[in-house]
Amino acid sequence: MSTPMMQAHGLTRSFVIRAGMFAPKRTLHAVNGVDLAINKGDVLGIVGESGCGKSTLARMLLGLTPPSSGSITLDGRDIRELGRRPLARRVQPVFQDPYSSLNPRRGIASIVALPLEVHGIGTPRERRSKSIEILERVGLPPRYADNTPGQLSGGQRQRVAIARALVMNPGIVICDEPTSALDVSVQAQILNLLLDLRREFGLTYVFISHNLAVVEHIATQVAVMYLGQVVEQADTAVLFRQPRHPYTQALLASVLTPEPGLGIPDTGLGLAFPDPLNPPAGCAFHPRCAQRIAPCNTIVPPLVESPLGKVACHLHPAAPVPAAAPTPAPSSPLSLPDTPQ
Amino acid sequence: MSETVLDVQGLSVDIATPRGTLHAVRDVSFQVRRGETLCIVGESGCGKSITSLAIMSLLPQTARRTARRLAFLDEDLASASGRRINALRGNRMAMIFQEPMTALNPAYTIGDQLMEPYLHHKKAGRADARERAIELLGKVGIASAAERLGQYPHQLSGGLRQRVMIAMALMCGPELLIADEPSTALDVTIQAQILRLLADLQQELGIAMVLITHDLGVVARIAHRVTVMYAGEVVEEGAAERLFGAPRHPYTRGLLSCIPIPGRTERGGQLGTIRGVVPSLIGEPFQGCGFRDRCDFAREACQRTVPLHESGDHRWRCVLDGLPT
Repeated sequence: MSTPMMQAHGLTRSFVIRAGMFAPKRTLHAVNGVDLAINKGDVLGIVGESGCGKSTLARMLLGLTPPSSGSITLDGRDIRELGRRPLARRVQPVFQDPYSSLNPRRGIASIVALPLEVHGIGTPRERRSKSIEILERVGLPPRYADNTPGQLSGGQRQRVAIARALVMNPGIVICDEPTSALDVSVQAQILNLLLDLRREFGLTYVFISHNLAVVEHIATQVAVMYLGQVVEQADTAVLFRQPRHPYTQALLASVLTPEPGLGIPDTGLGLAFPDPLNPPAGCAFHPRCAQRIAPCNTIVPPLVESPLGKVACHLHPAAPVPAAAPTPAPSSPLSLPDTPQ
Repeated sequence: MSETVLDVQGLSVDIATPRGTLHAVRDVSFQVRRGETLCIVGESGCGKSITSLAIMSLLPQTARRTARRLAFLDEDLASASGRRINALRGNRMAMIFQEPMTALNPAYTIGDQLMEPYLHHKKAGRADARERAIELLGKVGIASAAERLGQYPHQLSGGLRQRVMIAMALMCGPELLIADEPSTALDVTIQAQILRLLADLQQELGIAMVLITHDLGVVARIAHRVTVMYAGEVVEEGAAERLFGAPRHPYTRGLLSCIPIPGRTERGGQLGTIRGVVPSLIGEPFQGCGFRDRCDFAREACQRTVPLHESGDHRWRCVLDGLPT
């Protein structure tokens, strides 16, 4: 396997929170020691519930929020050495809310051309024609070029955001809940578009979502986050067929597919949702876990790698045999037969 | 067959806007029986929330409601006085809103808010109301209920707040419960817990429930009957099993094809889509099918009044008798 395109090592970001003028300062570890490797051409899905740190992670990968500790490398180079602009040429965002992430006063061709302008690429005329070309590619005909975002629907605005991300020919697009604000019929259009663009431009995506069915559809790799940490990471096919972390199992059980007669699943999770400012000792998930065992409330489980992927759970300890080299991961997720659910 | 709790026939809502009259709900009819969950499903702007507000007489001042019949048991809601509606609402018919953060008053304790409808409608004493509140918090799965009564909404997580909302709606023992996107603002695992709770309570208490959602996954798992709305109209209605198993309206079928299903849809494959956009509902009410510009089966007849087909208790509004497979 070639070296990953983008890598995160021990990535941590904490925020100091002060509840009131005289309240003591407290530290929130939004992201707490995350290691990730994103290979070229992959779609890394990051799933987890609100407050698990997935958006903070996205902002760090984009260079918008500096990590408290740890590092991010792009093609082996630390992004801090790389500098803001060269990073922005390679890594671009698509955010959740196409209502607040586009300048309401500009025409959309001008919005899409802005990255080119910032980087001083081309003449104004060339920038405009490049911008119209890419808008057309994402499904917005030239007659829309001078419309403002307010004149467009939510799905069209998200197309503008995608066009803006692609105009610099980035290698990696970080999509933070790109379809969560959209109706299902529009969500399907945007997912189809993202998949087409990936094939056409050889793009690599980091796709952050709370919707597991969407992630299953688009991602090749999935990382599951809980309270700032990756608790499981595996090939999409493997993760959905054989989830190992109890939290992943609960997440998968919670997916409500439009299949009548199946009823509403019992996730087996308690009500003890943890306070991120005061995370539980040991495994952060143990207060909600139905399968917890003795060490769970005292010892933090390490992320253990195996042929099935990585998992941080005491139920899946490292193999007792000292492994000389990690067993290679399955060659292609498509070669694994899917078991219908 | 059990008693009809809510009977809506020919409900229309027009809302005055600066750009003209918005025909938000047009000729909508459905019934909900005791012990039954009816889901109203549709995309944003289809009129599902306005329908629920019209039933509860909570429409904005600029809206005008008309109906051939709008009845809750033997009460005619269309002609009932404001005083009569006030006596029913929050008492025998209750509502759960989407945003538990905005629907709860941040300045009052959970206990005060839970007890208020009970004190008002049941003319009960505070001790009785308190007892009832503790009982219901227990029923919605909140531990150490007595201590929770003194807490304020901001001290609870989103999932707990929504449980409080459900407990509040159930305080007076309603016969009709309308839940507008009750789980949409919640995390997926919490969503499953809340829906399970609602479904269990609905069965246990034999309530007639109307659940409004955009999420077909939620509908499939909780509904007995489903009403699909599009552009202010009901386009299809039927038992959940049949509607999902054999959708008769092109819009219903289109919506279902848009949803990725792990293990069923091909990973990375093309999802179904519905081309075009929803027609404007402002101005002159349009003739014919509102979906025709987006429909793969559109034909000339779609511009005229669309017939309503019935097959058993399955109804759909389309010029086609059935969909080609």
